[in-house]
Amino acid sequence: MCLAIPGKIIKKHGSKGIVDYDGAQFEVRLDLVNVEVGDYVIVHTGFAIEKLSEEDAKESIDIWRQIGELQNGG
Amino acid sequence: MEDKLRNDPHFIRLLAQKIHDLSEGLEKIKIMHVCGTHEHTIVASGLRSLLPKNIFLVSGPGCPVCITPQKDIERMIFLAEHGLTITTFGDMLNIPTTSGSLADAKARGADIRVVYGISNALAIAKKEEKEVVHFGIGFETTVPTSSVALLSEPDNFSILSVHRTIPEALEFLMKNDLKVDGLIDPGHVSSIIGVRPYVPVSKKYKISQVISGFEPGDIMLSVYMLLCQISEQRADVENEYVRAVRENGNKKAKDMINQTFEHVDAAWRALPMIPSSGLAIRKRFEDWDALCRHEDILSDFVYEFKEDSACRCKEILLGVCSSEECPLFRSVCTPDSPIGPCMVSAEGTCNISYIYGQS
Ligand code: SF4
Repeated sequence: MCLAIPGKIIKKHGSKGIVDYDGAQFEVRLDLVNVEVGDYVIVHTGFAIEKLSEEDAKESIDIWRQIGELQNGG
Repeated sequence: MEDKLRNDPHFIRLLAQKIHDLSEGLEKIKIMHVCGTHEHTIVASGLRSLLPKNIFLVSGPGCPVCITPQKDIERMIFLAEHGLTITTFGDMLNIPTTSGSLADAKARGADIRVVYGISNALAIAKKEEKEVVHFGIGFETTVPTSSVALLSEPDNFSILSVHRTIPEALEFLMKNDLKVDGLIDPGHVSSIIGVRPYVPVSKKYKISQVISGFEPGDIMLSVYMLLCQISEQRADVENEYVRAVRENGNKKAKDMINQTFEHVDAAWRALPMIPSSGLAIRKRFEDWDALCRHEDILSDFVYEFKEDSACRCKEILLGVCSSEECPLFRSVCTPDSPIGPCMVSAEGTCNISYIYGQS
């Protein structure tokens, strides 16, 4: 089962790190990603598999914008 | 976009309204996803009840435990009964085969350990100094974790690979004309493989696809994006899950997969063989391939195929039947006494329908 929520890297030593989920902390392997402390990652079976990109997320697709406008403008 | 917004009921209602508006001009539309976690979100959040009557959201073969062939489970039981230590994800333990489950073998004294990931399996091998065989199940999201293990060339450790790949499965589903109008592609498989591997399927079968995240808002937005494509008669691969899926995927992970695995034709439980949909360990790493490393033991392994009773997992995995339509559902088949794999795994459609009391 995929864990949908991203965790924040708070420690890194070599190919291992500690990921924080709102206070709950777990050891993760970092072999599959290029990340630094402070980055948010998606974790699958104990491995970080991708870094979350806030920029890409903000850039967003037109539909998000349309929906956002709808929400603001009513 | 903020994750909060994705869970905001107001936002989801707005999307539902837009979906209703769009669907008025459309015929019956069938959308298939191929991910146990998507099914979980859909059922747990009651998303189907928010959709118009002509929009059907069905689940396909997206539960890795459910599609693992009986033969491989029996092979693992055989290895366990020959004194090897077996590591497996917990979901696999109770999957029934015609000759029992891994849990049955464990109860008889076989050394079968549940792990959360392959790192735990490696740690067990290191500690025990006994031969450990890890049950390598899962799609592209899990495959690179097996690659990391293979590349570390561990002692007394091997993997039985039943890894499977999603684009090849989608190709198979489309080829078999399941009358699906749109596909919701799995988010974390796509984090690894990227957007491109889905493009040939869209081109060849004129099918619209959207890669989706796992929040309720992600899935509703993906449905909306698919309906936009369908009403504009476009067959593109769009990415809703931009925050975790790049166009080319995760290069590091893909390189490791390519180094360690190669595509082979492979069986999926309840489904026919799907060309090129399996990943076998490359010859260079055969020392860590349980099929080679334990060839001696496995040469005595015989497998006799028996049809899965009256279980309708096949139709469930193809999205042509719901759990409620299976006569065994709830009456005979329950998570405590499962008849088919779809009732065991937390990612199995029947299990999810049972737990949440709806289909
Ligand atoms: S309810 Fe049980 S028997 Fe029926 S399809 Fe699902 S797993 Fe198979």
